[in-house]
Amino acid sequence: METVVTTLLSADDIHHTYSPGKPEEHRALGGISFSVDEGEFVSIVGPSGCGKTTLMRCLSGLMQPTAGTVLMEGRAISAVPEDLTLVFQDYSRSLYPWLRVADNVEFPLKDHRLPRAERRKRVAQALSDVGLTGHETKYPRQLSGGMQQRVAIARALAYRPSMLLMDEPYASVDAQTRESLEDMLLDVWERRNKTVLFVTHDIDESVYLADRVLVLSKGPSQVIADITVDIARPRDQIDTKADPEFVELRAEVARLIRNAGSDPT
Amino acid sequence: MSDLVDTEMAVVMSDGPLRRWLSVDRIADIGLRLAVLGGVYLFWLLATRAADSIFFPVPTDVLPAVWNDWLTDSTTWQDNIVPSVIRLLYGFVLAAVLSIALGLAIGRSQVLLEMLEPTIHFLRAIPPPALLPVFLIIFGIGDMQKVMVIAFGVAPPILLNSIDGARSVDQLQLDSAAALQIGRRGRITKVIFPAAAPKVFAGLRVSMSLAVILMVISELVAATDGIGFRIMRNSRNFAYVDMWAGLVVLAILGILLNAGLTLIERRVLRWRLL
Repeated sequence: METVVTTLLSADDIHHTYSPGKPEEHRALGGISFSVDEGEFVSIVGPSGCGKTTLMRCLSGLMQPTAGTVLMEGRAISAVPEDLTLVFQDYSRSLYPWLRVADNVEFPLKDHRLPRAERRKRVAQALSDVGLTGHETKYPRQLSGGMQQRVAIARALAYRPSMLLMDEPYASVDAQTRESLEDMLLDVWERRNKTVLFVTHDIDESVYLADRVLVLSKGPSQVIADITVDIARPRDQIDTKADPEFVELRAEVARLIRNAGSDPT
Repeated sequence: MSDLVDTEMAVVMSDGPLRRWLSVDRIADIGLRLAVLGGVYLFWLLATRAADSIFFPVPTDVLPAVWNDWLTDSTTWQDNIVPSVIRLLYGFVLAAVLSIALGLAIGRSQVLLEMLEPTIHFLRAIPPPALLPVFLIIFGIGDMQKVMVIAFGVAPPILLNSIDGARSVDQLQLDSAAALQIGRRGRITKVIFPAAAPKVFAGLRVSMSLAVILMVISELVAATDGIGFRIMRNSRNFAYVDMWAGLVVLAILGILLNAGLTLIERRVLRWRLL
């Protein structure tokens, strides 16, 4: 059977410089190009301080890069495109503390004039997708960190964009919570046919989750490797990580990052 | 980890408001407060008895007057309490609506802030009672003048707190809204407004007590009704029992207004109490 592969998001030679021309000038992105196909799970990994957050802000349209273009479904973006959303690392600050869990998830829907019944349905589905059914009436503060990030993901899902950008979403939760959040995400990605671009500084995480891993150099960052991960799905926290192919790939990525870190381009 | 947090929450929840309300600590707490209040009353009673002066009537004369001549007297309500409360609420609400709107706008705009900050600080440095003569000239001797004195006087705390509240909105909360396609209007009403609400309420609380003060002051000059007017008239006519009773009524009014505001605040800021 023939499947048509369509590019969903692509970055074309993106440069970003903070305070250009001033003494504190800082070149964060030094010409980044790549593309993500519909339905793909791509992770981006790089040494700390390599401009991952800057890249995500540019890709999501929250910020305009100083040069280069970001294309969503073939069109250059100038604001956050309709079919994409961003999940932030700092869930405690990105959720609204004055809204209960269900209201946080419903938050983007109300502004889009969806009928009440449809909003309810989407909220219930999104919360069930992230495993938070039964927590609807709690406030974010009453939940653990991992659960708060689940709420933030549910909020992004309820809004039903085809693409999720995730900026180190699991960087501030403990290892066990992180593993269950990773599996939850893979499950949702598969079931809801999403396209995910996942930024992380964790090498294991990048390989475990993705179809492809993009490795960034130290800032001003560029893509120094595009590694295909051909490990079978569904993946398993124990079996996949013991798979020789996984071990080989994580070593390859780790070497690339170590070299990128010690030898800035 | 998450289960642990849940269990903790469940314990707090089952130990609900009613149980806490009825706890031994709580009763002891209330008992202590009532004892202190009783002590103050006793001091008032003994001091005025010892003074035996017409300027300082005993509370056993004053408190019946509060009830008979103020709180249960329909003419008093018509001539004193209602006019005062209406002026106060008009002034307060007018100031609140304008100050919150302006304050949030200023807080979100660096240009507006830089442009208006010196003016705001200049205007708020003027003690509002000093504006009485000016407002008399502009607005005459009617209710408008009194409402404006109250509004002008209570505005600064609300304005400054609203500016501060709008400035301190977390950028990530705004970015999240942008990432979820929330338009400009939605960001103002659904993010900036609730995020700034705790500080706005702090301003409103300060302003509410200012409003009572300014209401009384505005009624001391060129007034024909109101609580402040009657207290002033009583002191001129040597009706000291009724004058003191008026002060007690003001205290009751202040407590009630504050309780009303607290009630609204608890509803709006419910999420912070958990």
